[in-house]
Amino acid sequence: MSLKLMKGCEAIAEAAIQAGCRYFFGYPITPQNDIPEYMSARMPQVGGCFLQSESELAAINMVYGAGGAGARVMTSSSSPGISLKQEGISTCAAAEIPCVIVNMMRGGPGLGNIQASQGDYFQAVKGGGHGDYHAVVYAPSSIQETVDLMPKAFDVADEYRTPVIILADGLIGQMMEPVELKENPNPVLPEKPWAATGYDPNGKKPRAVLNSLYIETEDLDVLVDRLHARYEVIQKKEKMVELYNTEDAEFILCAYGTVARVCKAAVRLLGEQGVKVGLVRPITLWPFPSEAVHDAAAQKSVKAALTVEMSDGQLLEDIRLAVNGDKPVEFMGKAGSIIPTAEEVAERIMKMRRA
Amino acid sequence: MLEKNIFAGFGGQGVLLMGQLLAAAGMMEGKKTSWIPSYGPEMRGGTANCSVMLSDMEIDSPIVTKPTALVVMNRPSLEKFESAVVPGGSIFVNSSLIDIKVQRTDVNVYYIPCNEIAAELGNDKVANMIMLGAYLGKAKCVEIETVLDALLEKLGEKKAKLIPLNREALLRGAACIE
Repeated sequence: MSLKLMKGCEAIAEAAIQAGCRYFFGYPITPQNDIPEYMSARMPQVGGCFLQSESELAAINMVYGAGGAGARVMTSSSSPGISLKQEGISTCAAAEIPCVIVNMMRGGPGLGNIQASQGDYFQAVKGGGHGDYHAVVYAPSSIQETVDLMPKAFDVADEYRTPVIILADGLIGQMMEPVELKENPNPVLPEKPWAATGYDPNGKKPRAVLNSLYIETEDLDVLVDRLHARYEVIQKKEKMVELYNTEDAEFILCAYGTVARVCKAAVRLLGEQGVKVGLVRPITLWPFPSEAVHDAAAQKSVKAALTVEMSDGQLLEDIRLAVNGDKPVEFMGKAGSIIPTAEEVAERIMKMRRA
Repeated sequence: MLEKNIFAGFGGQGVLLMGQLLAAAGMMEGKKTSWIPSYGPEMRGGTANCSVMLSDMEIDSPIVTKPTALVVMNRPSLEKFESAVVPGGSIFVNSSLIDIKVQRTDVNVYYIPCNEIAAELGNDKVANMIMLGAYLGKAKCVEIETVLDALLEKLGEKKAKLIPLNREALLRGAACIE
């Protein structure tokens, strides 16, 4: 196994290339600038296209174009830039364009700050843009996991013809860890007979139209029903979750991304004090692994669950919906990019234990 | 083994590189490692720091709030992080540029005149490598030669001629620790 010490942003960019991504469009914003920087050097080497657009809106619309032509395409940004892309993401969902969007979350609202945050949970998971659509959302908690999820992200985007969001944070983007990258010089891409690759008036193939405007009510209804049916399949097949030490636990921690790693350290700290605590870590935030969260929290041994996040009670809502009142769910979180420490999480559990 | 380090100093002093080389060397020796830089609207002369973890076991949280070792290349860094070090931990002070002493009495303190030694070696830029050598002389968590392998990988073969100077710097730093 050959390991390389890589920055999260660079690793994610290389993993995208290994997954067959050959088009990248983006506009700079901290803390994800290492992604476009890396892409600008690598894309020409693999015969791909890197383009720094004039705005975030332009970038996501270029994604619409390249994805619509059947290419594997990615854009990346950080929170305020992702907000600017929402119109295009909604359009891509409606026009059924496979694409991957990386969000290295920073503090918000507004321009916020440039440190790690998880404040875009609602935006990524509950829509972001307008209308009834979903994007599949992956939330990796290490650089290796980010790299391992990239081929899956592109495959899922292609299979379901949907935008896929990688929801990481500034810390994962900026830190370095040893990673193993699987080289894949000739990625096999699925056939895309629907792609708009040029119309032949003498050919048999109908004109490919990738549109998000359906003026006739009945026509829009057909699209929305089709998307709905697809989302049901995604919810059945694509959920991912890590259960860590949850069996017979006294308390269940719920967290994703960087915070989940802090919680793992807390699980260990508490274990040293003889307190059995488990962690449920959703890897897909949509589709949300509700059943796994419920089953871990509803165990007889569990007194309560504690949601930990770098935001002001966003993940909390989905955890509470999943647990459905069967156990108390408490909240520990800070917006403004303050990362909770393992000691603070452990202390909170000890406090809940005394209550 | 679980080393939780913070390297801090002015931007331009090479503190991020010290941490990267340590993390890379740890990886090459089969250890689990992580490296987190401070980042922000910073510039040359501003403050910079990085957190580096080395462990025999999987690193759960890579965030260092209570370092086992603190390496400071300038005075603001010492003032900022001195209180964070765990009792019994170590503080490495660049005494060429830091004119105050460590106040804590429950930690091991090493004063290393990095810039003066670097001047003796004829290149002020290796002050960080002298400090890294001192850290390794105490922590002994990776071999100096592995750090040089990591450095060579970073520099590329074209700049391989810089390795002997850096080896000398690391060894001079390590020799400061008795």
